[in-house]
Amino acid sequence: MSCPTHRRPEYRKINKDLFVLTYGALVAQLCKDYEKDEDVNKYLDKMGYGIGTRLVEDFLARSCVGRCHSYSEITDIIAQVAFKMYLGITPSVTCNNSSRNEFSLILDKNPLVEFVEELPAGRSSLCYCNLLCGIIRGALEMVHLAADVTFLQDRLKGDSVTEIGITFLKKPEEKKYRRKK
Amino acid sequence: MAIFSVYVVNKAGGLIYQLDSYAPRAEAEKTFSYPLDLLLKLHDERVLVAFGQRDGIRVGHAVLAINGVDVNGKYTADGKEVLEYLGNPANYPVSIRFGRPRLTSNEKLMLASMFHSLFAIGSQLSPEQGSSGIEMLETDTFKLHCFQTLTGIKFVVLADPRQAGIDSLLRKIYEIYSDFALKNPFYSLEMPIRGKATDGRGYSRACTLFIQPSLALGPSWCGCFVGGRRQLC
Repeated sequence: MSCPTHRRPEYRKINKDLFVLTYGALVAQLCKDYEKDEDVNKYLDKMGYGIGTRLVEDFLARSCVGRCHSYSEITDIIAQVAFKMYLGITPSVTCNNSSRNEFSLILDKNPLVEFVEELPAGRSSLCYCNLLCGIIRGALEMVHLAADVTFLQDRLKGDSVTEIGITFLKKPEEKKYRRKK
Repeated sequence: MAIFSVYVVNKAGGLIYQLDSYAPRAEAEKTFSYPLDLLLKLHDERVLVAFGQRDGIRVGHAVLAINGVDVNGKYTADGKEVLEYLGNPANYPVSIRFGRPRLTSNEKLMLASMFHSLFAIGSQLSPEQGSSGIEMLETDTFKLHCFQTLTGIKFVVLADPRQAGIDSLLRKIYEIYSDFALKNPFYSLEMPIRGKATDGRGYSRACTLFIQPSLALGPSWCGCFVGGRRQLC
């Protein structure tokens, strides 16, 4: 029961710039469409959620990770396997508050913001990479884990690092899903 | 054909995809004269042989065709009732084809849901926590292999009992599912993967291409399919 260690020959590389520019165009268009930053953030999160629910199957099919037994294991896998597979970066994981299941991913390098100098005037609370939050949230929901994912710090807003906070929420019917964990 | 069928069951137990690649099943066609020495009865909208097993025609086989024309459940293609037609001596001699009845799509839906429930029961019966659920169901004529993903989708493959390498086949079908079904932006999750439209055709095509090389027994065939797209043979 081993996963293929080689990539399929069809797995073509595409130009990273095209991907980054596409994302930029998406955020720019959303900014034109919606005046309020909260709306843009909300729609980015929604789009990311839709992507996450589908991407998780691709991730599970290709990476062959087994069942995780703790929230910190899950966060490690997100950081070391998933981010590496899809964005080519490996954020570091810190645990903010283990009793409340809060973890952080610290991104020192974010390919999506490569060409962004600074947020436009009047858009100071825009979370540029909120799509990533939605993706993580959607992916976790498909494996029956409810989580709150937000940006705690953002380099574009002047902070020193970019930090994504993941808070795992208690599931209402834990007994039903016990076997899935 | 070593792989008989593939079923994909969603989280709620509904069948979202089904592919059959049976070898031509045992069928017997014979010409009969009046009176018919087989006893036929109507069961579940089909005409089945109840008694009089002989020459490859077994009890439980259904009437598949009369005089070369496929029957439609309990009616002939012309709309006449099969039992009435065969009760009339004027229609003889008649050539009837018998064979094992195929499952209708409704029956497949029901069986998939039932398997989903049995799977859940299997996980709960487990003495240890965190059981994987039913992985294999073995009979003398086939083996049913089931793989449940962490998201709750089940991939079920019915194969020849001697066929090896089904585990990698199940993983590959999962990969194909994530490619064709999920990456299509117009496919709604948990919904049936339809044929004709690009998602169904693509997924069927990819699955069939994977199952077809399985004529040679053994795990070596799994590596043969490199991933290029070929014409369906």
